[in-house]
Amino acid sequence: MPPKVNLEKCDGCKAEQEPLCEQICPGDLMTLNPETKKAYCRSLRDCWDCMSCVKSCPQGAIETRLPYQIGYYQAKLIPLMGTNRITWTCIDLNGKVERFSFKTRND
Amino acid sequence: MPQERKLPTRLEDVEEVLVETDILVIGGGNAGCFAAIEAKKLNPNLCVTIMEKAHIDRSGCLAAGMDAINTYIRKERTIEEFVRWSRSQAGGLIREDLTISLAEVLNQPTEQWEKWGLPIEKDEDGQYRTRGKWDISIRGSEMKVILAEKVREYGCQVLNRVVATNFLLADGRVIGAMGFGVRDGKMYVILARATIVSTGGCAGLYKPYTNDGVDSHHHLWYCPFNTGAGYAMGIRAGAEMTTFEMRWCATRTKDFNGPIDTISVGYETPMINAYGEKILQERYAHLGGDAAPRFIRANVPMEEWLNGRGPCYVDTRGMSDEDIREMKIDYLNERPAFVLFLAARGQDLKKEPIEIYGNDPYIVGGHTASGYWIDVKRATTLPGLFAAGDVAGGTPNKFVGGCAAEGMLAARGAVEYLKTVPALTRPDAEQVARERQRIFAPAIRQAEVGEGIIPREMEERMQRLMDEYAGGVHQFFRMNGIQLQYALKNIRILKDQTKYLVARDLHELMEAHEVIDRLDVAEVLLHHLLFREETRWPGWQTRTDFPERNDEKFDCFVNSRRDPATGEIAVFTRPYEQLIPGDRYLP
Ligand SMILES: Cc1cc2nc3c(=O)[nH]c(=O)nc-3n(C[C@H](O)[C@H](O)[C@H](O)COP(=O)(O)OP(=O)(O)OC[C@H]3O[C@@H](n4cnc5c(N)ncnc54)[C@H](O)[C@@H]3O)c2cc1C
Ligand code: SF4
Ligand code: SF4
Repeated sequence: MPPKVNLEKCDGCKAEQEPLCEQICPGDLMTLNPETKKAYCRSLRDCWDCMSCVKSCPQGAIETRLPYQIGYYQAKLIPLMGTNRITWTCIDLNGKVERFSFKTRND
Repeated sequence: MPQERKLPTRLEDVEEVLVETDILVIGGGNAGCFAAIEAKKLNPNLCVTIMEKAHIDRSGCLAAGMDAINTYIRKERTIEEFVRWSRSQAGGLIREDLTISLAEVLNQPTEQWEKWGLPIEKDEDGQYRTRGKWDISIRGSEMKVILAEKVREYGCQVLNRVVATNFLLADGRVIGAMGFGVRDGKMYVILARATIVSTGGCAGLYKPYTNDGVDSHHHLWYCPFNTGAGYAMGIRAGAEMTTFEMRWCATRTKDFNGPIDTISVGYETPMINAYGEKILQERYAHLGGDAAPRFIRANVPMEEWLNGRGPCYVDTRGMSDEDIREMKIDYLNERPAFVLFLAARGQDLKKEPIEIYGNDPYIVGGHTASGYWIDVKRATTLPGLFAAGDVAGGTPNKFVGGCAAEGMLAARGAVEYLKTVPALTRPDAEQVARERQRIFAPAIRQAEVGEGIIPREMEERMQRLMDEYAGGVHQFFRMNGIQLQYALKNIRILKDQTKYLVARDLHELMEAHEVIDRLDVAEVLLHHLLFREETRWPGWQTRTDFPERNDEKFDCFVNSRRDPATGEIAVFTRPYEQLIPGDRYLP
């Protein structure tokens, strides 16, 4: 189940013409549920786990979960986007935490 | 507020958008964006339009980023060396004229990207740091976003979420393209004085081995959203194609299906089998050992499995802590979810090496030689149409730098061509009406008949056929003529059945065209595989009924052309032209 949307955090990008995750997904997979006005991935099987939606969400509402067939529950990888930097926090299935921070653009 | 989006239910309801431009770029990925910018640099007064099925900020191969540019010629190296290397990696079969002209401008996009803000690592002497011979390390996580910003800055017009479906033709010339908006449900008719196609390669022809549940079906190495549209449009319009039989099968990380060069080239980790043997050196030394051509390296882990010596790994156990950390950073720049994969396995790379396996085969002209048959100006055999990147044939081993450079070359060719085309050509109304009918047929059928075949069903049938009868990963890439004939017969049935496709929303309409396009690519691929009655690149192309290389008959290009009037596919050969002397099988 690749992108998992936290329904508490997702505000449906109310202020935008189109939700940011929906704008960006290279596979046209993210969209809003017309009833709840929250985002969801319309076809989990087609997701590339490129994490573009995760990086784009202003609420930090999307988490990439690998398909269970590929990776065990419940590791996490969370990006934090800065202007010229990205910081990733990775937690493995035993709870071990690693942090990586690097430049994404020259200043 | 989100826009309203509607799937048309009657052809009469489909709104038509007419766009007029000087240069149309189809596919705003790596090559397409560089092409658009180059055209604007050459002449800022030109109107340059990009037609992109996704959003150019993160579309195509570069969506998640890249950690390396695999092709950069450092000061101390020469173009001849580059050609020799590329030629040997591809088993001796490349277009040397195309490779030389590419090499002449190869470094420009990389240097340009750096000026725009892409972080690239440097040596003490100020040169880009290489890993291996031709690869340089970058921090490319945001490289597509940076490129897209420049596309806008240079004043290119961008049509995001517009899916190209066919070229517009007049007297055999390409005069633009047609497609539909996956957001607005409108038909797009784009008239252009010159057209560049850069839609990338073709994924999803073959069943991946990760498809056991619903959630990982398209967990592919190649971008699953590049579904061969550019090839298919060319095939339908009668463009000459080359070398489809040189499929891109590679060694990838097992299960995740992720890139492997990061570890094996970047950190020089050896490939080992279940018994710890360094397989390239110990078992395949006669084929070049660690420097063996790409197809040998791709085939090796599969051969080991076949011979009872799998699983295979890249041995990370000798890496330092610092290198492991650096390697994870590389992955975070390219396929971040692979770092998650390692975490989800709780894998300590100092104790457990990374398992490797083959991938489902792709058609990717940036890696092998498959694609449009072009000349040095990147003109295809259809006047008015230029091709660049993974969609263009003849030049394997282009990768990021080469595809971008080819985009520049295609733009130069297209701008020069404009001199011969003073005005736009109006298309005949019948052609547009026919395409409108073809594009929206699955939506209309859903409205009128209410049932049929959904794109996913057809896609899975196609992928299973190709996997089992045309040398997929489950068959260890092997095939024979009888299997290929069986696949061809069934692909033809599927092509005929596309008239029963239904689409229930605009996304599904796009999926319908993705499968229609891939069927056209699959049919041509099967013809190529059948024609080459030899085994030139074991792994990429393994014919069990013709296990040897046959230089007498097949040391040449295999090309094809579909006759648009009859649908017949003619397959023929073109001679090899050697420009750089030396043994073509050696670097
Ligand atoms: C996971 C991965 C890792 C890689 N690692 C490296 C590496 O480390 N180093 C390296 O040098 N190379 C690497 N490569 C290869 C390299 O990225 C590609 O060869 C190159 O970027 C392809 O450029 P392109 O412009 O041809 O295709 P893309 O950049 O994929 O562009 C194709 C564009 O066409 C669009 N499109 C497709 N169909 C349609 C349609 N019907 N209508 C409109 N638009 C359409 C797509 O959305 C996309 O934007 C990697 C590739 C992948 C997938
Ligand atoms: S970008 Fe985030 S907040 Fe906006 S719709 Fe998507 S998940 Fe919700
Ligand atoms: S991870 Fe990538 S492919 Fe998957 S839903 Fe998000 S943006 Fe789309």
